Amino acid sequence: MNAQSKLDPIALRADFPILSRQVHGKPLAYLDNAASSQRPRTVIAALDEFYRAHYANIHRGVHTLSEEATAAYEEARDKLAAFIHAPDRRGVIFTRNATEAINLVAYAWGRVNVGPGDRIVVTEMEHHSNLVPWQLLAREVGAELAIVSVTDEGRLDLESLDRLLQGPVKLVAFVHVSNVLGTLNPAQEIVARAHTVGARALVDAAQSVPHLPVDVEALGCDFMAFSGHKMCGPTGSGVLYGRPELLEEMPPFLTGGGMIRRVGRLDATWNDLPWKFEAGTPAIAEAVGLGAAVDYLSAVGMEAVQAHERELTTYALERLGKLRGVHVVGPPAEERSGVVAFTVDSIHPHDLAQVLDLKGVAVRAGHHCAQPLHERLGLRATARASFYLYNTCEELDRLVAGIRKAQDWIGS
Amino acid sequence: MIPGDQVTQLYREHILDHYRHPRNQGTLDDADISSEMDNPVCGDLVRLDVRLKDGRVSEARFSGHGCVISMASASMLTEEILGKTVEELEALQDEDVFDMMGITLRPVRAKCGLLPLRVLQEGLIKLDKK
Repeated sequence: MNAQSKLDPIALRADFPILSRQVHGKPLAYLDNAASSQRPRTVIAALDEFYRAHYANIHRGVHTLSEEATAAYEEARDKLAAFIHAPDRRGVIFTRNATEAINLVAYAWGRVNVGPGDRIVVTEMEHHSNLVPWQLLAREVGAELAIVSVTDEGRLDLESLDRLLQGPVKLVAFVHVSNVLGTLNPAQEIVARAHTVGARALVDAAQSVPHLPVDVEALGCDFMAFSGHKMCGPTGSGVLYGRPELLEEMPPFLTGGGMIRRVGRLDATWNDLPWKFEAGTPAIAEAVGLGAAVDYLSAVGMEAVQAHERELTTYALERLGKLRGVHVVGPPAEERSGVVAFTVDSIHPHDLAQVLDLKGVAVRAGHHCAQPLHERLGLRATARASFYLYNTCEELDRLVAGIRKAQDWIGS
Repeated sequence: MIPGDQVTQLYREHILDHYRHPRNQGTLDDADISSEMDNPVCGDLVRLDVRLKDGRVSEARFSGHGCVISMASASMLTEEILGKTVEELEALQDEDVFDMMGITLRPVRAKCGLLPLRVLQEGLIKLDKK
C-alpha cells in the first residue's frame, strides 16, 4: 500500500471480519468509532499468535518464552514511539487507556507540582476523563480549576484561554479533537501559549492519534494520552507520552512489582523509565496487539485516513444539513475530524439510535461523557455518528434514510 | 440476539400513542407522594406526583422529558396505579412495568422503561419516613 495514495474503504473493509456481519438482517454500518473502533485481522492474528507461540511474563524470566515476550512487548513500544514521533522511547508508557494515562499525570505529577492557589486550566469541551481527575486534584490541593469557554460555533475561545493564562497557571489540559463537536483544536498554538506562562501542557489525543498524523515533538506538549481500542488495537491498551525529564522527577503512580529497582523492608527505589510507571504485570498481549494496529495504520497512511474521514464528514454535513428538523453541532468540515453529533426535532437520541440499529446502523446516543459541553450547548443529549477508515458514503446514505424513517415513525 | 420485530415492537402503536398523547401530564400541589429522578446517561427526567384518598391513589401526574420508552412508561404508570393502595404500590415489580407496556426491553432500554417505577419507589420511601 502506498502511504500517500487515497485509501479504498471497500478494500480495507475486507480486513475487518466484524464488518461483514449483519445486524437485524441488515449489513452492519458501524458509525460508533469515537467510542471504539473495530480490529483488522492482523491485530486479531497478532494476539492469537502471541498467545499460541510466545506468551510468558516479561522482564522476569531468563527462559526463552519470557525473552520472546519481552522483546515483542518492547518492540511494540518502539512502534508506538515512532507512530507519534516521540523522540525517546523512555517517554512512552503503556497504560490501560487514555483515562488511566491522564490519571497517572494527575496523581504522580499533579500532587507534587500543583499547590494551594495554583490554577489548572481545562476546556468546556473536555471528555469527563480529562476533567474529573483535575476536579479531584484541585479539590485535594486547594487549587483552582478554570475552564476555557467554547464558542457557539463549537470552537475554543482562545481569548478566554489568554485571560485564564494570566495567573498562577501550572497546567493546561485540553482535548486535541472533541469527541462530540469533532473540532480539531489548534494544539500547537495552545501548548505554545501555555509554555509562555511557564505552565505544562497535556493533550488528550484519544480522538486525534487514531485519525490523523500526530507528532508530539511538533506539538511540543509535555504529556499526551491516547487509547489503543479507538485505533484498531485491543481494549486495555493505551499510552501516556511524557517528556522523560518530567517523568524522571515524578514519583510513581501505581506501585508494586515491575516498577521497582530494589525493595528493602521499609523502603524501595524505582525502576528506570518507562518501567517505573508500569507496575504489575502489564497488558502484554494487548501492547503487542496495539503494535500490530500501528503497523496496519502506518501501512494505510495517516494522511490518507485523515483525508478519507474529511471526505466522509463533508458528505455527512451536506446530507444532514438538508434534512428538515436535523441540527448538527460543531464547526464546518474543514475544521473537524470524523465526528458528527446532531439532534432531530421531537425525537430523543435514544429512540433515534434504536431505529437506526434496526436498520443496521450503529451510532451513539447520550452525552458522550461530555456533560458540561452539552450543558453549554443547551442540549441534554445528542446522537453521534463517528467515522473511520472503513466507512463509506453509502453507509452515510443509510444513516440519512434511517433518520427519515425515525421521523416518519416517531416524529409527531 | 434479538430479532428485528422485537425492536419494532418497542415502537408499537399504543406506546407511541402514550408518547404523543401523554395521559396525566402535569404536577400536583400538596401531593402525598412526590419524587423526581433522572437518568444521567441519557438526560431523561421523570417527576411523579401522587395524591391519596382513603389510602388509595386518587390522582397521579407525571412531568419531565425523555425518550419514547421512559415517557410512555410514565404515562401508562399514572393510569396503572389509580385506585391502588400504598401496599400495592410497594409490591410493584419491574416485571409489572414490562407487562404494562407489553414489551421486552434489553438492559440499556430497561433503564428508560423502569425510570418512572424507580421514581415511584423513591417517593414511597420518602412517604414511609414522613
